[in-house]
Amino acid sequence: MKRRNFIYLSGIGAGALMLPELSVFGNPIEQEQALEQVDVRIKKELADVALNTAKSKGASYADIRIGRYFSQAIITRENHVQNVGSSESYGIGVRVIVNGCWGFAATNNVTKEGVAKTTENAVAVAKANSKIGGKPVDLAPQKGYGEVSWKTPIEKNAFEVPVKEKVDLLLSVNGAAMTGGASFVSSRILAINEQKYFASTDGSYIDQDIHRLYPSFDVTKIDKTLGGFETRASLSSPVGMGYEYLIPSESEKVQGVVTRYKNRYDMLEDVKNATKNAAEKITAKSVEPGKYDLVLDPSHLWLTIHESVAHPTELDRVLGYEANYAGTSFLSIDKLKSGNFHFGSKNVNIVGDKLQTGSLGAVGYDDEGVKCGKWDIIKDGVLVNFQAIRDQAKMIGLNASQGCCYAQSWDDVQFQRMPNVSLQPGKTPLSVDEMIKGVEKGVYIIGNGSFSIDQQRYNFQFGGQLFYEIKEGKIVGMLNDVAYQANTQEFWNSCVAVCDERDYRLGGAFNDGKGQPSQSNAVSHGTSTARFNGVNVINTKRRIG
Amino acid sequence: MSILSKEEAQALLKKVLSYSKADECEIGLSGREGGNIRYALNAVSTAGDISTLTLSVSSTFGKKTGTATINEFDDAALERVVRRAEELAQLAPENREYMPLLGPQTFAESIEYNANTAAMTPESRAELVAKSLEVTKQANLIAAGFLENSNGFNAIMNSKGLFAYNKASNVIFSVTTRNQAGTGSGYAARGFTDVKKLDTNSATRVAAMKASSSVDAKAIEPGKYTVILEPVAATYMMESMFRFDARMAEEGRSFLSKKGGGTRMGEKLVDDKVTIYSDPFNTDLPGATWDRDGLPLEKTYWIQNGVVKNLSYSRYWAEKKGVKPVPGPSNIIMEGGDSSLEEMIKNTERGILVSRLWYIRMVDPQSLLLTGLTRDGTYYIENGKIKFPVKNFRFNESPVIMLNNVEALGKPERSISVESYRSYMIPPMKLRDFTFSSLSDAV
Repeated sequence: MKRRNFIYLSGIGAGALMLPELSVFGNPIEQEQALEQVDVRIKKELADVALNTAKSKGASYADIRIGRYFSQAIITRENHVQNVGSSESYGIGVRVIVNGCWGFAATNNVTKEGVAKTTENAVAVAKANSKIGGKPVDLAPQKGYGEVSWKTPIEKNAFEVPVKEKVDLLLSVNGAAMTGGASFVSSRILAINEQKYFASTDGSYIDQDIHRLYPSFDVTKIDKTLGGFETRASLSSPVGMGYEYLIPSESEKVQGVVTRYKNRYDMLEDVKNATKNAAEKITAKSVEPGKYDLVLDPSHLWLTIHESVAHPTELDRVLGYEANYAGTSFLSIDKLKSGNFHFGSKNVNIVGDKLQTGSLGAVGYDDEGVKCGKWDIIKDGVLVNFQAIRDQAKMIGLNASQGCCYAQSWDDVQFQRMPNVSLQPGKTPLSVDEMIKGVEKGVYIIGNGSFSIDQQRYNFQFGGQLFYEIKEGKIVGMLNDVAYQANTQEFWNSCVAVCDERDYRLGGAFNDGKGQPSQSNAVSHGTSTARFNGVNVINTKRRIG
Repeated sequence: MSILSKEEAQALLKKVLSYSKADECEIGLSGREGGNIRYALNAVSTAGDISTLTLSVSSTFGKKTGTATINEFDDAALERVVRRAEELAQLAPENREYMPLLGPQTFAESIEYNANTAAMTPESRAELVAKSLEVTKQANLIAAGFLENSNGFNAIMNSKGLFAYNKASNVIFSVTTRNQAGTGSGYAARGFTDVKKLDTNSATRVAAMKASSSVDAKAIEPGKYTVILEPVAATYMMESMFRFDARMAEEGRSFLSKKGGGTRMGEKLVDDKVTIYSDPFNTDLPGATWDRDGLPLEKTYWIQNGVVKNLSYSRYWAEKKGVKPVPGPSNIIMEGGDSSLEEMIKNTERGILVSRLWYIRMVDPQSLLLTGLTRDGTYYIENGKIKFPVKNFRFNESPVIMLNNVEALGKPERSISVESYRSYMIPPMKLRDFTFSSLSDAV
């Protein structure tokens, strides 16, 4: 997952320097514009210009993505709105294979002339690079689907909800925090709509309309006398849903030491709890370092799954394509082929899934025209598969791509990105209360905090939002300054139990970073609460000056 | 054509501004042309060529602002975008922190643009990569790398008469080399305004040397060690402290907040060998000469001889506090010392040489405690000599604590932060008591 952008230098890098603060999302637009779709006939005509130009210039394969990417962000702090930004980014990206080498070019000039010129540029890039040599690209076969379409199954389009309604919600959330004693609060709603059209020389013309939503807040409590502060972030998730996620529903709440949420989120309730939690954290007991049994809530464990399972099973990392940036993987094709690499205990069943309703990664087709599906990655603890795209599939003996290709926008080249990667719930009935009852000395962790893992995904460290001490089967109080460190394989082999499907929830990342230039991917990870025995917990408290 | 000259930009912006009926109007125009090439397993994996030109209009009535953007440039489209922004402004909620636009300002000409870099082509990128691959093929190593050039301009004009224009070029290169067995790894990164200074062959030779010399790393106990951070490691470690924001500090939620209230301005924060400033006219690392508000940027000391010298004040926060606005930096330069890396090693009885750090994340924003790992060449030093490569460590350390433990500084180098790709001028540094908390098997 990408680091939060706390670097604020100005200057180039910022081709978007002039745009308002949300410029990273594209160009600001008015709300109504997001509801209009470009006529599919126009897109097909433009696509055919690219495909025909590419073929006439000697390409053995070509695809074009015509993308309109909308985002709306409403950002508030305390009693006022900081920014309302609606943005659009519209353009085309053309990818070709010439002389066995990839070439890519992109432009915001969405005219037949612009498309033809950009296709010629892509061909020129491929030709220049093919002189360097190397193994020619070998695509897994892919049939054309003709003209097809797919839409995220949303109930309420977030772009149709008036700005005022969103502002009112956020300001009421902030008001509740301040009334409850918070020192500061910031809250935001981000809505994304990707309208993307894909066409390839295989004969596919795919029109997709994809929606995502992310409401979140941060509550801060300052302790001026001690010179310290604590924060508590929302326990919401980014979701592949419409605005319906923000309509609270009692049946979607998970009760316990603090309320957590499934497919519907009660932002107002959560901020009230967060305000209390932030104050509690100021006086919470600082953790005694040592070995603990960890009980990890889905609002926390999704990130551990993301970093330590989903990333190392990306085939591009395993092969070495990410060596210069994100890194490689402790997994290998030999470990896969052995059929007995014990990634985790028998309780660990991990699937890749591009279809899961409500998830961030759900699409009908990936960004190279492959129909999406679901497959096992770890079965009963044993590594059984990776995540592949068309130019990698044959390298692990697959005769088809697994549909894991994605580009963050039209001006970025598509490449292998993780699908939703999820831990399957336990098959034996087990509630969270029953799990906690069995723990002698443990820490129960809720919400995700800081995270760091090495470039081959062996050694990791995770923090959290809320930590509760478990003694002899009971929660006895709140802890602070907790982080745990482990080796991936040892950690997953220490997984002694996973709660059943009643506790299953999705968490997710809106901005998982990979690639050069770096691109963001949105992805969900599902799990039920799980227990890990004997994990090393450190204390993170330091004082400066 | 996405790159407009100052005169072309000015003429276009004037025309757009003439359509405005708002109380205040600000127009931004940005263009960028560039390309990239990415390689792995000793062959090109992806490469691209991208151009964009964007016009953005912000219209304000009272304290209500609306912004609209377009990438079409005929007169009808330009008038339409202004009307759109005005309609949005009428619908927008009031921004209580809105500041009236600035009037005309004087800006010195930026020195960020370079014609050699602007003239790069897919062929010249491929040639630079081929020179890198010559090294790894000969050394029987596997290379993965990335080269990106960009050439862009930014301009703003507003209804109060302000006009600003900057043109800039940049090229960055990084390469990771690994041996066939995957037991050794090395890295090098370079960034320049002028591509003529970029020698991908020599950079790759440095990475290759690290890959070969890091094979068969031994495990040693984690704990507190004297470390020597090479500039690329020091840069990444320090990047998270380059936010000298007065508001965050005064609100009590920054490492620059003072116990009991207020900021640490004027206080000794770190060792007196530490001086950090920004200067848009540094010839090794030029920066933008104005910020997003149109405020001119000048040489500004943030930390001088260990003392917090300035904090940045947004126009809103400055007015609220009755002080002059202080724009944030467009580049960062840390002064260095006389020691060479070799001398630092020679004067170390027992320590660790760190080539690169990785996956740094904030653990505690109050103390700026960070965690992350060493990567691509970590070596044990004993009695003034590099003895052997060691397995990578995870660290838990704060750059503020670290900069209180400075033993020696070397000459600043233009160095790229490995995650943000931003360039900084940072010296190699020798530091006492750096905290490594566990071992990693990663290579």
